[in-house]
Amino acid sequence: MEELLTKIPRRRALVLAPLLVIGLAATACSAPGADRSSTAGPDAAVKTDLGTAPVKLEMYAETGFPLAKALADEFTKQHPNVTFAIREDQFTVIVENAPRVMASDNAPDIIRLPTMVDLVKDDLLENLDPYVSAYGWDKFPASQLMQLRVGDNTRGTGSLYGMGLGYSVTGVFYNKKLASQVGMTQPPATVAEFEQLLAKAKAGGVQPIMQFNKNTAGINFPHQALQNQFGDPAQVADWIFQKPGATFDTPAALKATQTIQKWAQAGYFPKDANALDYAGMVGQFQKGNGLFMFNGDWESANLDKAMPGNVGFFLFPAETAGGKHVAMSAPNTFGVSAKAKNPDTAAYFLNWVHTNAKAREIAVTVGGSSPGGPSDLPVPAAAPNTVLAETLKAAQQLGAENGAVDFTANATGGIFAAAITPEMQKLVAGQQTPEGYVKAVQAEYAKELSR
Amino acid sequence: MTSALGSAPTGRDDQVSSTGRPARSTSTRAHRRRWARAAGTGWLYVLPALLMYAVFVLRPLALTVQYSFYDWNGIGVARWAGLDNYVTVFTDSDLLKIISNAIILIVFFSLIPVALGLLVASMVRRITTGAFGTVVRTILFLPQVIPLVAAGIAWSWLLSTNGLVNQVLRALGLGGLARAWLGDFDTALPAVGVIGAWVLLGLCTILLVTGMSKIDPALYEAARLDGAGPVREFLAVTLPSLRQEIGVCLTVTIIAALASFDIVYISTSGGPGLQTTVPGLEIYRLAFSQRQVGLASALAVVLMLLVLAFVLPIQRLTRGEKP
Repeated sequence: MEELLTKIPRRRALVLAPLLVIGLAATACSAPGADRSSTAGPDAAVKTDLGTAPVKLEMYAETGFPLAKALADEFTKQHPNVTFAIREDQFTVIVENAPRVMASDNAPDIIRLPTMVDLVKDDLLENLDPYVSAYGWDKFPASQLMQLRVGDNTRGTGSLYGMGLGYSVTGVFYNKKLASQVGMTQPPATVAEFEQLLAKAKAGGVQPIMQFNKNTAGINFPHQALQNQFGDPAQVADWIFQKPGATFDTPAALKATQTIQKWAQAGYFPKDANALDYAGMVGQFQKGNGLFMFNGDWESANLDKAMPGNVGFFLFPAETAGGKHVAMSAPNTFGVSAKAKNPDTAAYFLNWVHTNAKAREIAVTVGGSSPGGPSDLPVPAAAPNTVLAETLKAAQQLGAENGAVDFTANATGGIFAAAITPEMQKLVAGQQTPEGYVKAVQAEYAKELSR
Repeated sequence: MTSALGSAPTGRDDQVSSTGRPARSTSTRAHRRRWARAAGTGWLYVLPALLMYAVFVLRPLALTVQYSFYDWNGIGVARWAGLDNYVTVFTDSDLLKIISNAIILIVFFSLIPVALGLLVASMVRRITTGAFGTVVRTILFLPQVIPLVAAGIAWSWLLSTNGLVNQVLRALGLGGLARAWLGDFDTALPAVGVIGAWVLLGLCTILLVTGMSKIDPALYEAARLDGAGPVREFLAVTLPSLRQEIGVCLTVTIIAALASFDIVYISTSGGPGLQTTVPGLEIYRLAFSQRQVGLASALAVVLMLLVLAFVLPIQRLTRGEKP
């Protein structure tokens, strides 16, 4: 090692030099990146018949969420000629791997997807439009599939590129025992009431909100809940869908950020939020350390098991009583690779998930989420007196009020890691001002869109 | 790292060179021809390894340099960007902060382990033989054997709000000092540094103990006869004799500091804010999460040059006179 680092003898250098040159020459001739011939338009002839020939569907799903596997098992039970090979990774790993995995020769047929715009731009995702008419997905409530449409480099309109294995809703979980301790008899009807409860909890020595902020900014949940209420949620949706001219630098976002700063200063978040990760937050909440937790219905079944009868859920309230509920709600998105070997079977599976009675039941009992699908199909009931029943009811209420928006964290591929997370960590530690936060997030967004 | 361990204390590089050819002292033609044949055979032996080296080290290195001149998302068509990526690396205030974090980590990953290692080594020098010596060496070397990911997880428990460190502080009546060490803006980077110091102390100590065992006892005897105390003995005999070993310690640990990834990724993920983000982590994020392969490559090239800028002078300073 010492020798290598100090001085290479001249004779050896003479031999090494051409080798290096050859190495460079072999690689440096052409620009990186395949010159991909754009795939032809959507294939009009699609097969909606499963057939009897054996098919093996390659699936790439998220670790820690047993729903995909449970659905696959049930599908094989009903259709024995179709089997699944399931590979699982953590969501962040899928986000990082998806483009390369889908560009490879072994692209999965069905894959859990992060943001889709880049994947569509790179021709990696199958356009599902031909299946929409073939299976009658156009009869689903339009808002259900809106987030899964991509056109002209924006989301929300255009062709369909994904379907949900369940449709999640987010809101506030609360510990019932602690709630009665601070005198909360029913869920707060306004933001002001919610803040009064926070103050009462703090005064009573109860941790008001249990929220994580390590690795990824969990405090973005309450932040967006406030932002949705302080302005027009359509503005938020436009920003997430990358509509031209949309900005994060709005009075609503600023007011939400100021509120978060106020809550942080008042000690409503855990003191060690920046060192607390998602699993830690859920663990603390289950142990009874925290009145509220901003989270989604994917945790419902889990919470029912860990603290039966002691956990409730409500949609984040509006600014004024009787105002419309707005909540982050997103499909558990799965798409079909453009290079998939069995796209027809994959689409058949996606349709089955939305329409088969047993599949819909699994979506509720295992996934904890609304199964979506056509509005005339009944939503399977959850056991009474569970938080699962409450989140399902909230999802239906939100659907009826048309109050679903996507997560700001999904606006671009890098916005969460590059801006929201570090800036939110600074904000709650008093190292960033609300004005600075809003500007920093918008600056990163503009930078990414300019590429 | 193992190669550094293996080659450091031997110090006989100039008797037989690594390719196994005899030292060239005469220069007659016959001798030269024989040399050429021997060298040819030698290269043949080396060829398989060299091929692997070219494919897995030289080629990726060349590709990284090439990518750094492009604007590329890793999948689509790349666009020639010239020096834009390098300009970004040297002007983006976030990236400059990230590079400065790595330089601060040198104090913890390099200077502290070497200084403490010298202290510990000179204390355990006398017990290097026998069963007790083996036990001491094993315990000291243990952190080096533990995977960095496991070390990161264990330390993030120790340093958490209700972890052992804070429990001890509270038991001592110092509860006011207790905090989430890895989540606090002021303490996160030093806390990460402590983990690195813990991991690397063992390596440095073992290298230095081995080096000390090679020092001629006569030197110590002479020093003592001249009336030197333990401190004088350390400064006049031990330290100069360990020049090469210290050089290896500094080289290995500085590289570990500048290229750190595992410990930071596990214990803090670079947070809070950018307090503990290091170039290794940022390269990974840029390439895989933000899909800016060009900028990530440029940062990687800059990191490599930074490592060389630190390590080459150390190599020169500590090369030492040939015995």
